[in-house]
Amino acid sequence: MKRTYLGEFEEIVLLTVVVMEGQAYGVVLMHEIIQQTGRDVRLNQVHSALQRLEEKGMVKSEMGEPTAERGGRRKRLFKVTAFGQRTLHEIQEVRVNYWTKILNPLKLSTQL
Amino acid sequence: MSNHDKLPDLPPWADKLLRFFCAPHLLEEIQGDLHEAFIHKAESAGIRKARRDYWREVLGFFKPRYIRRKQAAGQWNHDYSSKPFFGIDMLRNYLKIAFRNLVKNRGYSAINIGGLGLGMAVAMLIGLWIHDEFAFDKYHKHYDRIAKVMQKGAFNHEVFYNEYMPAPLGKELEVKFADDFEHVVMSSWTSEHILAYADRKFTRKGNYLGAEAPDLFSLNMKQGTRAGLKDQNSIMLSESVARALFGTENPMNKIVKLNNSMNLRVTGVYEDLPYHTEFRDLSFIAPWSLYVATQNWVRTAIENNEWNNNSWQTLVQISPNSNFETVSAKIRNLKLEHAPETAFLKPELLLQPMQKWHLYSGWDKAGNLDGRIRYVWLFGIIGVFVLLLASINFMNLSTARSEKRAREVGIRKAVGSYRTQLIKQFFTESLLVVTLAFVLSVLLVIVILPFFNEVADKKIEFPFDSAWFWLSGSAFTLITGIFSGIYPAIYLSSFQPIKVLKGVINVGRYAAIPRQVLVVLQFTVSVTLVIGTLIVFKQIQYAKNRLIGYDRSGLITVNINTPELYGHYNALRSDLLKTGAVADMSTSSTPTTDMNSSNGGFDWEGKDPNFKENFGTIGVSHDFGKTVGWKFIAGRDLSREFATDSSGMVLNEKAVHYMGLKHPSEVVGKIMKWNGKPFTVVGVIKDMVMDSPFQPVYPTIFMANYNWANVINIKLNPQESAASSLAKVGAVFRKFNPGSPFDYKFTDQQYALKFAAEERIARLASAFAILAIVISCLGLFGLASFTAEQRTKEIGVRKVLGASVANLWALLSGDFIKLVVVSCVISAPVAYYFLHAWLLKYEYRTEISWWVFVAAASGAMLVTMLTVSCQAIKAALLDPVKSLKSE
Repeated sequence: MKRTYLGEFEEIVLLTVVVMEGQAYGVVLMHEIIQQTGRDVRLNQVHSALQRLEEKGMVKSEMGEPTAERGGRRKRLFKVTAFGQRTLHEIQEVRVNYWTKILNPLKLSTQL
Repeated sequence: MSNHDKLPDLPPWADKLLRFFCAPHLLEEIQGDLHEAFIHKAESAGIRKARRDYWREVLGFFKPRYIRRKQAAGQWNHDYSSKPFFGIDMLRNYLKIAFRNLVKNRGYSAINIGGLGLGMAVAMLIGLWIHDEFAFDKYHKHYDRIAKVMQKGAFNHEVFYNEYMPAPLGKELEVKFADDFEHVVMSSWTSEHILAYADRKFTRKGNYLGAEAPDLFSLNMKQGTRAGLKDQNSIMLSESVARALFGTENPMNKIVKLNNSMNLRVTGVYEDLPYHTEFRDLSFIAPWSLYVATQNWVRTAIENNEWNNNSWQTLVQISPNSNFETVSAKIRNLKLEHAPETAFLKPELLLQPMQKWHLYSGWDKAGNLDGRIRYVWLFGIIGVFVLLLASINFMNLSTARSEKRAREVGIRKAVGSYRTQLIKQFFTESLLVVTLAFVLSVLLVIVILPFFNEVADKKIEFPFDSAWFWLSGSAFTLITGIFSGIYPAIYLSSFQPIKVLKGVINVGRYAAIPRQVLVVLQFTVSVTLVIGTLIVFKQIQYAKNRLIGYDRSGLITVNINTPELYGHYNALRSDLLKTGAVADMSTSSTPTTDMNSSNGGFDWEGKDPNFKENFGTIGVSHDFGKTVGWKFIAGRDLSREFATDSSGMVLNEKAVHYMGLKHPSEVVGKIMKWNGKPFTVVGVIKDMVMDSPFQPVYPTIFMANYNWANVINIKLNPQESAASSLAKVGAVFRKFNPGSPFDYKFTDQQYALKFAAEERIARLASAFAILAIVISCLGLFGLASFTAEQRTKEIGVRKVLGASVANLWALLSGDFIKLVVVSCVISAPVAYYFLHAWLLKYEYRTEISWWVFVAAASGAMLVTMLTVSCQAIKAALLDPVKSLKSE
């Protein structure tokens, strides 16, 4: 199987980018992830992940329009690439595969 | 980039920091996101939280990923600041140029690196010394919970502290305060004893200690367990003593003979205690119970619950949940409760923590802790100053030389060098020099350390494996490099190329002033150190020249520590006298270089009943006076011919004054009672210096008493060589005392030992003072050669116009000599102030005489002249044709 290296956090960021549908940039991604996962995420982590994703070719970016609340600065908007989409699919397939193979569905109890 | 409007509440420094390190092509989006997040956070969580988060985020972005500049091929005209932050290529270039500069100016480089290296080496040695001082006693695992019980009291309105404890104290503490103490250990004093096994016997220092001592010291057992002192007839040996006694045999359970009288079973061997512990001499430990059982006076002290006989030590380890203050408060009145008759001394018990034993071993008159910490401070200050001197040189030379490099700067700038590049260049140069100096200093310290250890009486090893050492060394190197590079870097890089290349260097009248101030500072420190060293030596010499009141030449003492010597004294004496090698001999309770017993309880006619006296008390045999050659000022010596002299006394002059009598003759023939028993005073002697040669003589009573004999004093026959006399004396001793080695001590050597601490300090201080001068002169030498070089043309012109070599020499040297004169003037009061304070510590002290200042000042002047002259004369002798030709 072809290997796609994608860290867990990168995967979440990538998924969030997909969810945001072209409106994804640093701060909103951070807020979204905080809301969805309840983790304490910091901006620089999101930025690092985005840069790595871009280097891997899973997202592409372009500068957006300047807005007032950013002191007239432009934002870098991210979009998922075809390769990124395929990678997400592959990851999901692998996981689904495993889940279907489980004979005894996991129960919320501990068996010692 | 446009000027964005800023958010008013944003932490401005965080923003600046971000802009400083962040790669420009990433800045916009990052800053934008940060600002947006800031606003959001400020609304949801308040402005304070938002600001804090902003800082956190900015710091979080400090990563290579955000610092790294975009690789932009062919974009050299881009913004300079988008070049790599710490570019490896440029760094290599800086280093290369710095190295070439060093090689080009070999003389300067040698002075710079050598001087700085020397200064750093001195500071490093001092640092190691101080570190060692502070590491004292840390060998013991429970270092922070061990203490010594001390006694504070007041006698005739003078506060005193001592560590002499009554014998029943140990039991009392153990029983009454079981919760506060983990261990209570009674102790005798560490002193010499004879150890023997088979035909091997020698004298070693050891101690009788309570059974819990090995636990308290946390001894590392090589054999046996720490419980080895439980049995009364056991003994624990240090590893080295065990090896000396038994060689390769297994020492465990062997029988060792102690002091020729006790057979003890070896129950443990412990690792030798390291040099930097208070108990480094502890070669063996015998049980306290054995001491009590074999020494009558100790046994009676315990049996009779004698709380006013203070002759022992008590060591304790407090419980983990206790602390020294509360325990001290609890035991405070213990002695008073048990010995109410000592109420006039106001005795209070307290604990002195082990952490303070070494550096704060005593109390000064004001009752503050005092001791070696003085020297730690003294050397610490010297170290800082020597280092300062070396750094000053470095700074002076680099600024002096930097003016020469103005033209180079001009050309570099004209060719297109950026200012930041020049700054980096200068910093690289100074860092390179400092790094080389650091390497040199490490080498120097490695070479010097053995000699230093000898002088300082230390066993310091170079801390190759100490991360702390290397870290602080590098930190120091970096700081010095930056400090000394800062002036040339900022000042020189500010030159405007047009002006510089036109030859207009704005040096100004005042450019040399900082340099002059630094030279004055250097010489002030050096001269102060020299004056200090001279005074310390003078003080030692003064005390050495003190009249000691007896004749110590050819005087030896032998300890009586076996029953054989004790029992056969008279036979031994007649045999020794028969050999002809001995002029006279006697016994006494202490050697003449010691004074360790004092007593009250005396009464005499006309004594003020409120006067609480305390005399030094020494028991002597009748021949003591003739042996040591004391000198009478009234009355006569003790004599065997007067039967009554068996209860006779000889007083020293001080004792007579102490009793409130004017004339020594008044006391002769009088009866003095001691604990009710009458003694006759037969004579008064001139004061004998028995204790510290720096302190006043103690009022002392010498009593005829054969029971107190602890040492034999022997005056060797002056007609015979010491070697042959000693051989004969030794033979007799071996006959009487076959079980023990013949160990003797020369009194003059023992006396000389009293100066050891002071002399050590003096030798170290003088070495440092000399180094300080050398370093200062190195700097002066560099500066002088620089000035001479700078003024070559002026000198040429003057020469052409008819100035003589002497004129020119005066011109060039004069400036420097003026500076040194100023330094001498400043250093005199400073030195006076500190030395006066130091001397006050000694009762018997020399005065600070004017010639010391004159000597130091003229010495400094002479050295300056020698240093400067060779440069000045060299410049003056230069052919003016050569120096003027270039224009």
